[in-house]
Amino acid sequence: MPPASIGFTMKLREIVVEAAIVPCVKATKRDAVIGELVDALVAAGVISEADRPSLVKESIARERKGSTGFGHGVAVPHARSTLVTQPRAAVGLVPGGVEFNALDRQPVYSVVFLLSPAGNPDAHLSAMETVFGALSQESFRRFLRQSTNAADVLSLLDEVDGLRAQR
Amino acid sequence: MVAARTTILNKLGLHARPAMAFVQVAAAQGSEVRVRRVGSDEWLDGKSIMQMLLLAATEGTEIEIECVGRDEEEALARLLQLVVSKFDEE
Repeated sequence: MPPASIGFTMKLREIVVEAAIVPCVKATKRDAVIGELVDALVAAGVISEADRPSLVKESIARERKGSTGFGHGVAVPHARSTLVTQPRAAVGLVPGGVEFNALDRQPVYSVVFLLSPAGNPDAHLSAMETVFGALSQESFRRFLRQSTNAADVLSLLDEVDGLRAQR
Repeated sequence: MVAARTTILNKLGLHARPAMAFVQVAAAQGSEVRVRRVGSDEWLDGKSIMQMLLLAATEGTEIEIECVGRDEEEALARLLQLVVSKFDEE
């Protein structure tokens, strides 16, 4: 069965914060990887330093309820917050892989940290749909994992957004 | 083959955790399970979390569940129960 394409309303480039792409995550443990991606959102000016601890905590608590490592080397940890009015994401590539307690028990190499606006479940679902529309494609996962810098990631995101716009 | 329509009732919609719960119930059944939005002709594999997350079904979204296999009646009943119970979320 081919991946579905049901009403993509958001573009990846609208969700992924350019300045929060981390092409080589230094952390090697799940919680620290999540922390590093939240740091990237702080550095990008999406959230403030003061907001970091609560977001990291919420996201890790969410992981404990059930891993967002959905298999195939990708994970989408997430949190909901009043700090954003639209979904924003950081992308981290972990060249050595990180243990995420994933469904297929395999290490995770690409992590998308998604921060969705609290009180707007539709926006969160729409962002998840856009993110998984890409991540469910084997070629996207492969190229993402092979990316070594932010420019590679951005051109990949643009490519996916462009293909979707044609449909 | 058995099929039924139902409506997503939980406020947060079919986000990651309920989608996972759906896939776990579907995967435990021998029958094939597929799901679509009512009105869409794109069926998604009810046993694949990646595909179920693509459904992006918000509160009030009508979906159709179709089961094919020896335990199809039981599979459908379990999945409908899960949706109607709001995935034990509320």
